[in-house]
Amino acid sequence: MSKKKTDMPQKKAIISMKEGAIIFRRLLSYFKPYKLRLIIILLGILLSVGGSVAATMMLSIVVDSYFVPATQGLEATIPIPFGGIVGIMIAVYLISVVASYIYNRQIIYIVTRIQRDIRDQMFEKMQRLPVDYFSKRTHGEVMSTYTNDADTLREFLANSLPTIIQSSLTIIGVFAMMLYINLILTAFIVVMIIIMLFFLKTIGGRSAKNFVMQQKTLSEINGYVEEYMSGMKVVKVFEHEDKAAEGFDKVNNAFRSTARRANTYANILMPIMGNLSYINYAVTAIIGTILAVTGFGAPALPLLTWGKLVSFLQYSKQFNMPISNIAQQFTSIFMGLAGGKRIFELIDQVPEVDDGYVTLVNAKVDENGNITESEERTGQWAWKHYHKADNTTTYKQWKGEVQLENVSFGYNPDNYVLKNITLTAYPGQKIALVGSTGAGKTTITNLINRFYDIQEGKIRYDGINITKIKKDDLRRSMAMVLQDTHLFTGTVADNIRFGKLDATDEEVKAAAVLANADYFISHLPEGYDTILTADGANLSQGQRQLLSIARSAIADPPVLILDEATSSIDTHTEKIIEKGMDKLMEGRTVFVIAHRLSTVRNANYIIVLEHGEIIESGNHEELMALKGKYYALNTGKIELE
Amino acid sequence: MAAKEEKKKRQSVISLIKEEMGTSKSDHVVRKLAKCIRENKTPSILTPIFVFFEVICEVFIPLIMSQMINAGTAAQAGATSFDFNFDFGRWSVRLFTFDSALELSLVAGALMVGLAIISMFFGAMAGRFSAVAITGLTRNIRHDEYNKIQQFSFLNLDHFSIPSLVTRMTTDVSNVGGAYQTIIRMLARAPFMLIFALIMSISISPSLSLVFAVAIPVFLLGIFGGVLIIFPRFLRMLRKYDKMNEVTEENIRAIRTVKAFVREGHETKKFKEISQNVQKLQFDAEKILVLGMPVFSLIIYACMIAIVYFGGTDVMQGEMNLGDFTAFLSYVMNILISATMVGMALFMLVLARASAGRICEIFDEKIDITDKEDALDEEVKDGSVDFEDVSFSYSKNPDKMNLEHVNLHIKAGQRVGILGSTGSSKTTLVQLIPRLYDVYEGSIKVGGVDVRDYKISRIRDSVAMVLQNNTLFSGTIEENLRWGKEDATQEELDKATKTAQAYDFITSFEKGYDTDLGQGGVNVSGGQKQRLCIARALLKNPKIMILDDSTSAVDMNTDAKIRESLRKEFKDTTVFIIAQRISSIQDADVIIFMENGKVLAQGNHEEMMKICEPYREICEEQQKGVIGE
Repeated sequence: MSKKKTDMPQKKAIISMKEGAIIFRRLLSYFKPYKLRLIIILLGILLSVGGSVAATMMLSIVVDSYFVPATQGLEATIPIPFGGIVGIMIAVYLISVVASYIYNRQIIYIVTRIQRDIRDQMFEKMQRLPVDYFSKRTHGEVMSTYTNDADTLREFLANSLPTIIQSSLTIIGVFAMMLYINLILTAFIVVMIIIMLFFLKTIGGRSAKNFVMQQKTLSEINGYVEEYMSGMKVVKVFEHEDKAAEGFDKVNNAFRSTARRANTYANILMPIMGNLSYINYAVTAIIGTILAVTGFGAPALPLLTWGKLVSFLQYSKQFNMPISNIAQQFTSIFMGLAGGKRIFELIDQVPEVDDGYVTLVNAKVDENGNITESEERTGQWAWKHYHKADNTTTYKQWKGEVQLENVSFGYNPDNYVLKNITLTAYPGQKIALVGSTGAGKTTITNLINRFYDIQEGKIRYDGINITKIKKDDLRRSMAMVLQDTHLFTGTVADNIRFGKLDATDEEVKAAAVLANADYFISHLPEGYDTILTADGANLSQGQRQLLSIARSAIADPPVLILDEATSSIDTHTEKIIEKGMDKLMEGRTVFVIAHRLSTVRNANYIIVLEHGEIIESGNHEELMALKGKYYALNTGKIELE
Repeated sequence: MAAKEEKKKRQSVISLIKEEMGTSKSDHVVRKLAKCIRENKTPSILTPIFVFFEVICEVFIPLIMSQMINAGTAAQAGATSFDFNFDFGRWSVRLFTFDSALELSLVAGALMVGLAIISMFFGAMAGRFSAVAITGLTRNIRHDEYNKIQQFSFLNLDHFSIPSLVTRMTTDVSNVGGAYQTIIRMLARAPFMLIFALIMSISISPSLSLVFAVAIPVFLLGIFGGVLIIFPRFLRMLRKYDKMNEVTEENIRAIRTVKAFVREGHETKKFKEISQNVQKLQFDAEKILVLGMPVFSLIIYACMIAIVYFGGTDVMQGEMNLGDFTAFLSYVMNILISATMVGMALFMLVLARASAGRICEIFDEKIDITDKEDALDEEVKDGSVDFEDVSFSYSKNPDKMNLEHVNLHIKAGQRVGILGSTGSSKTTLVQLIPRLYDVYEGSIKVGGVDVRDYKISRIRDSVAMVLQNNTLFSGTIEENLRWGKEDATQEELDKATKTAQAYDFITSFEKGYDTDLGQGGVNVSGGQKQRLCIARALLKNPKIMILDDSTSAVDMNTDAKIRESLRKEFKDTTVFIIAQRISSIQDADVIIFMENGKVLAQGNHEEMMKICEPYREICEEQQKGVIGE
């Protein structure tokens, strides 16, 4: 997780103002369900800011109306006892504090909820995206939307946005009070603010620039560490340690110098800002004292009293904070909006369209071959075909015949990877696809279950054009065992049950027995309840493969696609599971893709593909007699790459 | 039942914290990491010194301020002479006397501005030196970690997962760097400020300062209490969050599986459940966190009110100057802000402690394979290999043996084929030869000498191994090949690549040997990669060559050619081949069939066909392919 956090956000953090505004408006729409809470938040902010501004003003009242008269031996100018006015101050402070807690709590609630809403929306959308979306991006890229982008967005919603509102209100309130107290002092403060902004911009800018560079060297160091940590065993075998360490020191030192520069600027900014506010304070005090002593400008301006000077000094302190607070938000605003942009890009992706209307239903077949739809599971299935033209519904028995007719396809339209493929797999037949990497074997299987749609030709399933079949039903009717087995966090049983969610424990065990997985599962520490983590890292490649076979077995579909299913299993283990595989394949239409020729030998029909075209087809004996490519492959004359 | 669950939950919070802290003791961790400071000692010491002076300058500013206000009020009351005093309890130092309040104001103001500028300078210097110190320290930690990891034996490496090693060298190090910054800047500044501001406020009014006697303990208690409540909540939330990311990640990876089984809805439901959980835990944790700020304000306000009330009474009774009163208010803020900083700094240190512990685990890992004191620094005589009753266990547990009582005697220059099912410990067997792991019992002799008696570099120099998970590194083909021999001549390179059947495809590339491989060798196919790895190993001109399933992606024809040229060009080299294809090992001098960590049978092909039933089965099975000829 950590590695993905490094360089992604910086790279694409640039968005235009206009884009930013659109994203911002869209983000606001997520607040809609929480209107009442929003009102509470706004009221809370107003009360808490107002309270702290008012409290400071009360200080001036206390000084002017109680302290100063007292030092001159006079009575207080307000007819409330001193304790009373302190009591009012307490009330004001309390209101401010309570309001601040309430609104902060509401913000946390809304932000965590919105985050969740967005997250759920993203995930739901992602599940509906075509496979193509994922093959065009790295996993890290997609994942980064959930981690980096969601984090920056959170930062923006939870911190930047409230800070800006709260700080702006504070600035307005304090500024109004300062203006009310004294014009000349206020004018001076404005000048000081401009100076502060100047420092913020120059030093802050330099710091930001260096932080970008630091980020770049950081991703270099992360890259190096990752490469060499995963290759450490090779480094050791070749005794390449010294050289590798030298290389590491190089990136390490480069990172250090950019990090030093970036941190230096960031570090000196704080004391500069802090002490500028002291200078500000000192000069305000001098001017204030002069004004107070001389009564300068008394006729034109309201008189500057001691109490007001004390309050003004407090205000000048209160004024600096929100300004640097706002200044600090700019990066996170841009990062947050850029994150939002990528999140919305995901949400706005066009999902897989499914305009199929032929569905798969439980069916009963009577002696005469008539098919009727059934509510409960009958073990028999039928395609329910609704004909719009004459408003009738017909049923067709589900058999598992797959037919490709002049199919041409390319992942992009100018480059066909499959050309004019015609083949028929009759129910119960085993069809093997052989050819080099990139010949188009996997592509054919991707077309049958409609991960991709073909450009030319027709694919029929039990005689029905697959574009008419509802995608979910189409896919449910065929199981795939892929080369890369993917297991999910959960127990072994959960993973098998993935093929059939309502399977009983007995069914799970039966499937495992069929795939010859039962033996190793029962030797796991918790048997079927052993928790698998990190894609089944605690299992060997072969064991994972067995689980994935069991998963398909439990799904019990008439069509089975085995894409290099046994490639990572050694021949010895393969022999063990062979029986299971044979049992699994029994009575099903099977498409087998395999590198190892021993696994395709007994297929009913072998298709040799080259550059997207069928160059040879027939059974093993026929193809061997042909003495063509298949023969050459089998006798090891040519290389399968 | 429910009570038990509840108890379990509570226990888990405590163990959660303990788990995060790791096993090593704090003082040990600190000492280990402190060793990495090295050349950064000077800036590390200079930083708090500059911070100290920065604080001193800052602390005087409100005091001077109070002189101005005192002079002003005195002027209004009709005074004609104005003293510039420093009062420290009973001692009062009169520095200057002025005739007008205005004069005093100007001098005091100039003094304040001057102090602010000096303080700014000190602050900037502290910032600069701390940047040097922190980046220097983190650089050294990374350097030390890397070098330590390089000394790791395979067994040591197996203790850590690769992602965890990466985290320990990146994120964890920056966390420690952040903590170090906290120590030399914040933890220097805050206590200094706290002490000086306290001194100042006591000197102004000892009785008013009693406020702090109440406020500071309440404050610290609040912070520690808060941390104790928040910390486990955050940990729980983060765990759930990690889990959510795990689910997301596996769904991205396995999208084809999800879609093939039409499980989109199922997975979405699962995700939403976790997502909701995360939100709840997040709210649980953060709602306490946001309580912090109001509580903090509440304490500050309470102090202010107390001071306004009690101090105000003093002012009205003429026992305190208005100027001193305002200065006191300033110090209140300084003191309470410093106290917050101490609390926050401690919180951050606690968070970084987990990272520091993880780094320390690397430093503390005991390297289990090292040179003996009197290790033999001689070249290995020949490539003969003898396993004498060798047993081995990854977990060093006699009940979980991965190899049991293996006896093998291989003469120099022999070809050895190893066959067996997944998990039969074929790889384990060969990894013992170059001492990547040490035997548990028995001994292995290479060239007649126990491998543990050689210097490690000697034995590894003479054994070349092509691992099952081949790794090529970013760089050109030539750079990768030269790992085998730094100063290899072009002839040597060509000889190795020709033997490994890689020469033709290398020269067919536009840039030949200079072709860039990209990270992990992504620019070549699997079979090409394997052949490059073999060539790299051959460049070592080894006495023993081990090919661990290194030709699985190479076609049979090329595979045969590699073996043929190996026999021709490296005839004195003992070659071990682990393979799945019978044809790869059929012609070996010795064939070993492994099963469950034991040698089931050994002999040449003819012998094996007679004595080893599983061997014969596999053989027949694999022969079928060519029967049709």
